[in-house]
Amino acid sequence: MTQPQSVGVVTPRTQRFTEPLLLKSGGRLEEYELVFETYGELNADRSNAVLVCHALSGSHHVAGYYADAPDNVGWWDNLVGPGKPLDTRKFFVIGVNNLGGCYGSTGPTSIDPATGTSYGANFPFVTVEDWVASQARLADVLGIQQFAAVVGGSLGGMQALSWTLQYPNRVANAAVIAAAPKLSAENIAFNEVARQAILTDPDYHDGDYTAHGVVPERGLRLARMVGHITYLSDDAMAEKFGRSLRHGKQVFSYEAEFEIESYLRYQGKKFAGYFDANTYLLTTKALDYFDPAFEYGGNLPAALSRAQADFLVVSFSTDWRFPPERSHEIVQALLHNRRSVSYAEIDSAAGHDSFLLNDAIYHGVLSAYFDRIKVTAHV
Amino acid sequence: MSKLRYDFQAIAEWIGEGETVLDLGCGDGSLLRHLADTRGVLGYGVEADPENVKASIRNGINVLQIDLERGLAGFEDGFFDHVVMSFSLQAIHNTIGILTEMLRVGHEAVVSFPNFAYWRHRQAILNGHMPVSENLPHQWYNTPNVRFFTIADFEHLCEMNGIVIRDAIGFDEGVRVREEPNFLASVGLFRLGREH
Repeated sequence: MTQPQSVGVVTPRTQRFTEPLLLKSGGRLEEYELVFETYGELNADRSNAVLVCHALSGSHHVAGYYADAPDNVGWWDNLVGPGKPLDTRKFFVIGVNNLGGCYGSTGPTSIDPATGTSYGANFPFVTVEDWVASQARLADVLGIQQFAAVVGGSLGGMQALSWTLQYPNRVANAAVIAAAPKLSAENIAFNEVARQAILTDPDYHDGDYTAHGVVPERGLRLARMVGHITYLSDDAMAEKFGRSLRHGKQVFSYEAEFEIESYLRYQGKKFAGYFDANTYLLTTKALDYFDPAFEYGGNLPAALSRAQADFLVVSFSTDWRFPPERSHEIVQALLHNRRSVSYAEIDSAAGHDSFLLNDAIYHGVLSAYFDRIKVTAHV
Repeated sequence: MSKLRYDFQAIAEWIGEGETVLDLGCGDGSLLRHLADTRGVLGYGVEADPENVKASIRNGINVLQIDLERGLAGFEDGFFDHVVMSFSLQAIHNTIGILTEMLRVGHEAVVSFPNFAYWRHRQAILNGHMPVSENLPHQWYNTPNVRFFTIADFEHLCEMNGIVIRDAIGFDEGVRVREEPNFLASVGLFRLGREH
């Protein structure tokens, strides 16, 4: 067995779409671009493609690194590569930046052809279903009729689930990781706090901050801070930071005194330096709106009756954002429909973020699942 | 697992083509693999151990990582034709609870377990030691087993709880026992149902 390796230097590509995309919100994009990366090679009968869907702050840069930025390693590099669970010697793996994103696909920072200025707050609401529809068009362009697997964690897992409902015949396997069939009121509440932090930032300017030459940095920082709290677990925070004081004693100040304060401020500041506020707002709304059972009177088994794929569902013991019980709902609904489904509940201290980490049992489960997917060998 | 194949064979005889099977404590998924290959069943395994979950996935069967002590609350009434528990009943605290749940979610339950009244086990006790055998491979201080019972005890439990014994087979090291199973059988295999 060879050692797991990096896919090496990668180069993003851009695909332009000129056929208008009708959105679930009633909005419409006349034309748009999707930026994506691929790893491995598409086999002759195009049966080995795997789509990796990203979560809130992810991107198309799933694995590898850039020639001019070797430190910019893909967000799921521990999963994708030669000898890794998603083995690029077997699979042709695709990462796509979602519409409305801020990493190159058409989004609020892009130029609106109708006005000649950036969309800003005028970018239409996009949903999980819209993302999946746009990803399907990319699959068309790449000549992929059916994915061997669609894979995602968190919001990415919701896209994987939605794929099986929107295009049942185009997904052979779906790996739905650390996800939920819909957000809880508590989940929406946290998203709303994050949005309000941005919306009430004086630098937000109703979304047209670019025209004012500013960014709502304070809002973004707070949004990221509150988000980060929900990605970690009480145990993980206790272990990592505890009540450690930066000065070794209480100094009675509002400076970052406890290590956890310092950490959250650092994460917030870093995030505000690269992420677009309108993308954050849109993406959290896409999370809130996701609810495939809504049209079925809340009946998830009925909603999932369309699915034809085989499923792997994974949750993490200390994930309180999308706890194991939320995955159980998906598993039970699939079972009701007599679908092929396996479910792993990984014992992890790291909370929601566990899905990004390189845990031996977690990756062992993914390897076991991906290894059993049959694709024709490269010729 | 190959040494337990005799128990798989007998279980397979009770299961029809294309039926739905839940295997509680499915290990590496061998039984469900066997039933899928020989009977074309729609099978689901339940396992708590991560290594077994991985092995089952590799074996190409559906496995759900659930702690059986928490019951089968997520499963619908009568969803399965058969609910199997092979060599796990003795390792579960809530014996009556799990049997009740098996017969709620399944039309029929199949359980196999080591018989503590097997003559070699009795002999071990007479000699002053807890029995250690092919079907009770652990020492008293490291056994995962928490319930120690006999074929006769199990029959009594079924009677007390309105569980109908539709079939029972005793095995002595893989060979079917015809007489005195509580004395001569090291393993009991029961097919259970409810009165209608």
